[in-house]
Amino acid sequence: MLSSEEWGIVALSLKVSLVAILLTLPIAYGLAWQLARGRFPGKVLLDALVHLPLVVPPVVTGWLLLILFGANGPVGRWLEAAFGITVMFRWTGAALASAIMALPLMVRAMRLSIEGVDRRLEAAARTLGAGPWQTFRSVSLPLSLPGVLAGAVLGFARSLGEFGATITFVSNIPGETRTLPLAIYAALQLPGGDAMVARLAGISIALSLLALILSESLARRGHRHAGGGDGA
Amino acid sequence: MALEVDVRLIRRGRAIAARFTVEPAQITALFGPSGVGKTSVLDMVAGLVRPDAGRIAMDGTVLFDSAAGVDCPPEHRRCGYVFQDLRLFPHRRVRDNLLFAWRRLPPSARWMTPDEAIGFLGVGHLLDRLPATLSGGEAQRVAIGRALLSAPRFLALDEPLSSLDLGRRDGILAVIERIRDELRLPVLYVTHDPAEISRLQARVIELA
Repeated sequence: MLSSEEWGIVALSLKVSLVAILLTLPIAYGLAWQLARGRFPGKVLLDALVHLPLVVPPVVTGWLLLILFGANGPVGRWLEAAFGITVMFRWTGAALASAIMALPLMVRAMRLSIEGVDRRLEAAARTLGAGPWQTFRSVSLPLSLPGVLAGAVLGFARSLGEFGATITFVSNIPGETRTLPLAIYAALQLPGGDAMVARLAGISIALSLLALILSESLARRGHRHAGGGDGA
Repeated sequence: MALEVDVRLIRRGRAIAARFTVEPAQITALFGPSGVGKTSVLDMVAGLVRPDAGRIAMDGTVLFDSAAGVDCPPEHRRCGYVFQDLRLFPHRRVRDNLLFAWRRLPPSARWMTPDEAIGFLGVGHLLDRLPATLSGGEAQRVAIGRALLSAPRFLALDEPLSSLDLGRRDGILAVIERIRDELRLPVLYVTHDPAEISRLQARVIELA
């Protein structure tokens, strides 16, 4: 069915998206927590900044990444000097780009589930001897977990589809940064690439559908779970 | 072993003020119409709401003192708070709800074993159930058991009969009487029902 080159593309896409989501997960949860519970000046600005990748043209996000993480960019130079890590034109850069693009969706889903956690249950945990951190671990986190997983799966799906920021930032290098959408784009340029386009597009649609269904059912479970706080 | 309470709070434009002592082996009822701030007084005693001014002390240990700047966090007050809406943890089975506080206690602080509490309240057959599957009376017993297993120095019960139909109230009242007589804890009890007060022979603190 698929050639080994095409399997390689699928594997690279999954690797890039998985790494992107795993790295973003704690950051997204922290941001979601601050946006749901925090009271601080500049909250509106932070909210807008988190959502920026959702509305700004992806090519702009890619260009900003290029400026920051490129060979001469401030963060890029530091990564190179301190850890010997280069992200430009590497799969790690593709992961970084799709992480940024997936972040707003993940934060939105997590924020909703954190807002759905019944704070009266947290108060109950406190009277039962649990400090703030223990209350978070034993009540708030487990009750918001379905939303966290839903957000992660949604972010994973978004990440699989990431195109504009990726191609701008890390280009379209076979075996390194050529993920599914970039491979489809490249195949479209080739005479006789139609069959390959159709196969890769089919895989893209199947993976996305799967992720969306999983995410939706997780979110539904979360609403049922965190809802009835009275236990009666 | 008495609980001394003297609190003042202005909340949503209403002034709440209460001053009383809760003696051990006695039920002290906070009595008054709804909206008068009875639950707010319990929240202040438990450390969930900070009074504007006042002092709360249990057996000489100061839990709150606005003048001295003392405000002990709820997790250190050892207040067995049974909420009106119970607040059982929906994601944990009855057993884990009951043991939530007990597991965190240093062994020296525990004064009741889980088996004793489970027998005392008759909830042994419910241990593997989730709170959502319990009847009102069962959930009420589990909530009381969870509070008792936190090794409280005093209990705060917020309208513990309000969610129960008449037939089930007797069982819970009997449990509360046994807490008073056998465990000899100071019990602070919120109600707006005079019949409960006379049945429990409670001392009445009227809030208005």
